[in-house]
Amino acid sequence: MNPADQGWDGGGPERLYVITGGRSGSSAPTALDLVTLIVAKSAPRPGMQPEQAAIIRICQRPLSVAEISAHLSLPVSVVTVLLSDLMADNRVFSRPPVPPAKLPDIALIEAVIDGLQKL
Amino acid sequence: MDFRSSESPASVEERPGPGPRSEDALPETAAAAVKVVIVGGFGVGKTTLVGSVSEIRPLTTEETMTQAGVGVDDTAGVERKSTTTVAMDFGRISINEELVLYLFGTPGQERFWFLWRGLFEGALGAVVLVDTRRLEVSFDVIGRLEERSVPFVVAVNTFPDAPAYPLDELRAALDLPDAVPLVECDARLRSSSRDVLMALMRYLQTLALTTEAS
Repeated sequence: MNPADQGWDGGGPERLYVITGGRSGSSAPTALDLVTLIVAKSAPRPGMQPEQAAIIRICQRPLSVAEISAHLSLPVSVVTVLLSDLMADNRVFSRPPVPPAKLPDIALIEAVIDGLQKL
Repeated sequence: MDFRSSESPASVEERPGPGPRSEDALPETAAAAVKVVIVGGFGVGKTTLVGSVSEIRPLTTEETMTQAGVGVDDTAGVERKSTTTVAMDFGRISINEELVLYLFGTPGQERFWFLWRGLFEGALGAVVLVDTRRLEVSFDVIGRLEERSVPFVVAVNTFPDAPAYPLDELRAALDLPDAVPLVECDARLRSSSRDVLMALMRYLQTLALTTEAS
């Protein structure tokens, strides 16, 4: 039923071309990193493009761009285009990766060290 | 390659479509993520290392590369072109309620360096995973990381049938600066893989403190 279930292998490049309307990730206005966390603002609406509906459905809790790509079996470049549209429509929002300058590096690194020590 | 949810179609009603298992969901408070890249040749144990410390079963993200130039006709249309799919395995560690660490394994061979473009931007650092039977892949990788000023540590994955060399011999063979940490690990063990990440973080800490002091 859901085209995303057929996976990337079932489609070939043409299918991806259709999903994104022929655009590629490089033309996406929003800078999305592999680890940008995405959260949906609402539930998917009927009539939405299935891939976009799938993104909204799995992003009810925060999920990284890389995880969305893996779960939906779509290349990151395609997911980026879909997310840009969803963000423009205010349907999802992003929690950007920590920019190096935002937190003092040392505090960030120490937080990671603390976390790893608990493993 | 098992990268999609493992549920059978029968479970569609309960949880339609692909997606993370509910127990794999990040907390609502997850606010930011950082990444570390694990680089190495094929079969060196990148996915093993990622899998042994990851809180989720490693996932795979795929990217396609169009084979440009070689034997490709004028590509004005969208007719079938020669494409190669390259997979990157990754895992995840929740550091605390707000911060998430992602680990990406990527092939070290030069022909895959195109994958690195977005991968190293904003990465905390890298782990070069080394197999002593195939040191040559590591030379290129180390050179490339140095060029890009990506801080890294080198971890030697100790395979039972691989010759064991003293670390100082390996350091010389890899032409590794004294400051760059070189450690041994068993990528199959969670604690050992954790220690590799810890070595990277301690190194980054030292670098940050040195920068602050200067």
